[in-house]
Amino acid sequence: MDNVQTHGSEVTIKGIAAAPGIAIGPAYLYSKQIVRAQVKPIDQREVDAEIDRLRDAVARAEKELHKIFEFAQQKLDPDDTKILEAQIMILGDTILMGTIERRIRTELQNAEYIVFDEISKYKRLMLSAPDDYMHERAHDVDDVMNRIIRNIQNQKLVSRLEGEAIIVSETLTPADTVIFTRNKVLGYVTDLGGVTSHAAILSRALKIPAVVGLRSVTRQIQTGDIIALDGYSGIIVLNPGEETLQTLRRKEQRFKEFEERLSEIVSLTAETLDHKHIELSANIEFSEEVKFTKDQGSAGVGLFRTEGFLIGRTTAPSEEEQYEAYRDIAENTFPHTVIFRVFDVGGDKVAPGAFHEQNPFLGWRGIRVLLDRPDILLTQLRAILRASTRKNVRIMFPMVSTLTEIHRAKEFLAQARNELESQKIPFDRKVKIGVMVEVPSAAVMAERMASQVDFLSIGTNDLIQYVLAVDRDNNAVAPLYQQFDPAVLHTIKHIIDAGHKRNVWVGMCGEMAGDPLATVLLVGLGLDEFSVIPSVLPEIKKIIRSIRYKDARRVAEKALTMNSPEEIRAYLSTIIRNQLPEIPIEP
Amino acid sequence: MITRTVTIKNRAGLHTRPAATLVKTAARFQAEFTILKDEFEINGKSIIGVMTLAAEQGSALELRFNGPDELDAAAAVVELFERGFDEE
Repeated sequence: MDNVQTHGSEVTIKGIAAAPGIAIGPAYLYSKQIVRAQVKPIDQREVDAEIDRLRDAVARAEKELHKIFEFAQQKLDPDDTKILEAQIMILGDTILMGTIERRIRTELQNAEYIVFDEISKYKRLMLSAPDDYMHERAHDVDDVMNRIIRNIQNQKLVSRLEGEAIIVSETLTPADTVIFTRNKVLGYVTDLGGVTSHAAILSRALKIPAVVGLRSVTRQIQTGDIIALDGYSGIIVLNPGEETLQTLRRKEQRFKEFEERLSEIVSLTAETLDHKHIELSANIEFSEEVKFTKDQGSAGVGLFRTEGFLIGRTTAPSEEEQYEAYRDIAENTFPHTVIFRVFDVGGDKVAPGAFHEQNPFLGWRGIRVLLDRPDILLTQLRAILRASTRKNVRIMFPMVSTLTEIHRAKEFLAQARNELESQKIPFDRKVKIGVMVEVPSAAVMAERMASQVDFLSIGTNDLIQYVLAVDRDNNAVAPLYQQFDPAVLHTIKHIIDAGHKRNVWVGMCGEMAGDPLATVLLVGLGLDEFSVIPSVLPEIKKIIRSIRYKDARRVAEKALTMNSPEEIRAYLSTIIRNQLPEIPIEP
Repeated sequence: MITRTVTIKNRAGLHTRPAATLVKTAARFQAEFTILKDEFEINGKSIIGVMTLAAEQGSALELRFNGPDELDAAAAVVELFERGFDEE
């Protein structure tokens, strides 16, 4: 492996720095591949609890499948829904479940093993039959088995991880990241993923150091191995020696001191030396982050990702539940504003496993899902509107790619308003709406889009990958994902200019807005609002307060003439190093 | 205990839907219900068991009923097979 270096007993593996910070501690290997459920003897006294766990898991699996089935009936061929029907019936097979429970009781072994062993018997019989039909049924049986085992294990996950640990995994879903965060997680280390994978974004928001893209780290590390994780440089050290540990601790100290110095500017506004005011706000996903955001000196919430409310559940929360959450967030953000982005999810979230998309990034996601599921959209719009009584709430629609989508979204909004009006439920009648510009078609049509809304917000993570046709999580092409690619810069400029022509403010809520290297450039391009992860707020503010808009414009103009991301990056690094030497940037 | 022998008449055999109908019907009775085919013996009240049978059209099955309402159970189940599960 060319990313691995050995020095004495130390093994250093290079990956991608995903979230800053240093973590030192034992590894916990988290494997999602269910190859075989481990057999584990249980005590007589644990039997009832084990059976309860099994029943809970089966109930959750049933819920999941019903949700999928419901959806499948609308969207899929009746033939495809039969598979799901058969799976639901297996979960409701009282003879099978009775046998499994009896075996747990008499054989005193853990639920997942008995589920595995009992259901595998049927699978083997089906596979031994000579026809394809039975082989397919064997897959169904396998799916059901994995679904039950996964549900048993998910539930156990929380209790199984005891003490502090660094999670080592092939990949982490945002849901995994959240589940782990409820425990004492020191850091994350994964084989796959890039800086912009959702798990990386989430670990930064949660201030948990992470290194991703380490390729085969799950095969090099065992649970209990001591590792040192450097989330600033993107390396991990297996069996770190005393010298390495000291170096890393000094490094952490240095960064922490810088952060403390920044805290002095928290209460100041984000304004350039020549008095151009920039709106600096935060991207958040969880209500708990609002306070942290204020502590970091934000002027509001530029992106509240509501899809956090969907994590770990199979249906969207009720209007009442959503309303209460949104109301609290709006209340805690006041007097500043909060922009609620309606659920931005892939189809797999609304209907998990219901259908396989060859190419989910070009598929059923964002506003496309919501326009097809007006029940979900209307409930959410009503809940957000009801939370707007203090007049500090804005609504944003994700993944908009056509003008028609804006019209339809506005129609639903009008319907939600009319409903509330006729029910005499109060809301802000002047609530402002905006769209995310993250699809090239929206960027091209930005001026007409702007004429339909009150603001535009550039979502760079998706925009970059669509403009450059690069899947940011695909290791083979990940190096082509460059936020400083000239095509990206010109696209951003086009969007900002388009918004300004229509007197609409333009913000950015993608990762790029939080990169200190990009700040001068973005101010120079005329960006009105930066919405960034809370942890980088002070640093971005520091930069804004140290520059002149006039100079920033010259920097932007020069950068726009350059022809490669390397050239632009090197130019911006020089600017920072010469003019803002106290800002620590990774070369 | 009583025993009946049936032949599968419907074209698709004991695939998912007939299997479900069979299991639901058997569940209405207290009597234990066992299906025997070749060397297999499965519980007729278990959908996963019935699915495993791979019984196609023309197969002969031996059905065993054992319990207080075994006669009624046998009558109901045999009728299903005779009607070909109301399928083609």
